[in-house]
Amino acid sequence: MTITRRIAHLASVLCLALLAPLAARAELVIEITQGVDDPTPIAIVPFAGTGAIPEDIAGVVQGDLARSGQFAPVDRGDMLSLPSSEAEIFYRDWRAIGTEYLLIGRASAAEELRIDYALYDVNRQREVTKGTVTGPVNEARMLAHRVADAIYERLTGIPGAFATRLLYVSVTRNPGGKDYYRLTLADSDGARPIVLLESREPVMAPTWAPDGSQVAYVSFETGRPAIFRQDLRTGAREQLTNFRGLNSSPAWSPDGNTLALVLSKDGSPDIYLLDLASKRLTRITRHYAIDTEPTWMPDGKSLLFTSDRGGRPQIYRYNLQSGITDRVTFEGVYNARARVAQDGRNVALVHQREGQFHIAIHDLVTERLHVLTSTDLDESPSIAPNGSMVLYATKLGDRGILSAVSVDGGVKFRLPARSGDVREPAWSPYISQ
Amino acid sequence: MNHLPVAGKALTLLFTAAFLVACSGSGSKEDEAAAEAARQAEIAAAEAAREAEREAAEAAAAEQRQLEQAAMAAGNVFYFDFDSSVLKPEAQQALDAHIALLKTNDESIRLEGHTDERGTRDYNMALGERRANAVRDYMVVNGIASYRIETISYGEEKPVAYGSGEENWSQNRRVELVK
Repeated sequence: MTITRRIAHLASVLCLALLAPLAARAELVIEITQGVDDPTPIAIVPFAGTGAIPEDIAGVVQGDLARSGQFAPVDRGDMLSLPSSEAEIFYRDWRAIGTEYLLIGRASAAEELRIDYALYDVNRQREVTKGTVTGPVNEARMLAHRVADAIYERLTGIPGAFATRLLYVSVTRNPGGKDYYRLTLADSDGARPIVLLESREPVMAPTWAPDGSQVAYVSFETGRPAIFRQDLRTGAREQLTNFRGLNSSPAWSPDGNTLALVLSKDGSPDIYLLDLASKRLTRITRHYAIDTEPTWMPDGKSLLFTSDRGGRPQIYRYNLQSGITDRVTFEGVYNARARVAQDGRNVALVHQREGQFHIAIHDLVTERLHVLTSTDLDESPSIAPNGSMVLYATKLGDRGILSAVSVDGGVKFRLPARSGDVREPAWSPYISQ
Repeated sequence: MNHLPVAGKALTLLFTAAFLVACSGSGSKEDEAAAEAARQAEIAAAEAAREAEREAAEAAAAEQRQLEQAAMAAGNVFYFDFDSSVLKPEAQQALDAHIALLKTNDESIRLEGHTDERGTRDYNMALGERRANAVRDYMVVNGIASYRIETISYGEEKPVAYGSGEENWSQNRRVELVK
């Protein structure tokens, strides 16, 4: 490749500053396609406000709980009163419309935003929980997601994962091969999208640092694949690899110090570990087959990866202490790209059955596999940090969209983009506040 | 080879000149005539040699054009079966035309490996590389120096046919030879 072509490639990449969200309008639209059979009715009353509240706090909480598929929020038009304090509650108004729980609250915006909320059991006529969240006024949506997390945990026993974020890649196809690839960061409901990288060349495999402060991905902007990392607070960006052949599948270790990745510089694709401080590279698999798609077990002691050393792609586990590799999946002819839930037990992967590619969960304890989806061309599963949902990419007609399914298969929703193809979602870990 | 008769003609002229010089008497007029004849013969020989070179260059150019046309006719895209990096016979035939042409120059080429959309993206990156390597290895075995060949995989990221179904997928499982 000539120097001028390289420069042209570099010029075609726009690395955008992070601090100013470009568009408040979400690129993704949420369509709930399947909920649980008997969702819990809950009334989320519009929050009273003093000062300039930039968001409909109750609306954000309602969207979160509805999207979980486990709640049936009451329409605002059906509400007979709009209390914002316990004294204003008439339980009969709420029993009359058949709701089980009632969430009220008030928000006040001054130097910072303060949200007080309280949840009531309508039948028992008593308070279930109450709380306060505070933070910057421009983080109003994130604060509302934290309210939803608290309510979800109180009512289901599982921590919520609404106050988290997503990374995804979108592609706008233009005639004459002038495609645009974008790496976007958004809230877990698709709101507040921020473009982290825009390029004429492919962008792939976005992944999170365990503390949510950085991301890593593969970009072809130099004309070849290379792994980059980008700090979400400062926008600082660093190219980590530039080897001959593949530079793919970055995966952060749970302690944040090491990046597992795939290089083919020594022949066939193998898994390597890159120490991020010293930049020392250690090769951990040596096989003439394809070894790729590494992912860490939550304890950081072993890695799962995809290999076709047995003829077809299957999931293998490499134990970092013993150096022993053993095969994990045996069901079917194609199991690939594992992602492990925080419990260290549920492994989401891509499974081929009767020629179609579905998302499945492999249970590492029972060694059983169950298929979660019935669509074809499902790929890139990413598990929510609370282990409840799997976000993945699929096709709707000819368009790439994101979809989500609960780990028990009971709840499904889609997040199609307003335009273009969306793919490779990566659900963030819990982000420290 | 068609430049031999020209060389033959030049030799004949040389011999004739030498014969004339050898047969000439001691008279100065005769000497002059012989020298003149030798000069003429030399000029003719040089012209003949130039003519031979020109004809050889033309022949080589024609051969080059033929190789280029054959490579162009063979196309620069080679197709594969699903999850396979085995070169098909028609791909080998097409590559033979490119190899014949590459042996006449010192150009560098780039082999871009691609897959269809089925299966996972990073596995497909590896599969695309395997396909590009299969083409590279065939070229190296057949006499093209490996330093002249750069390989890259785009996996399923750069399809030529955007739809689903085998008619689109089969167009996307490919290696492209780019100069």
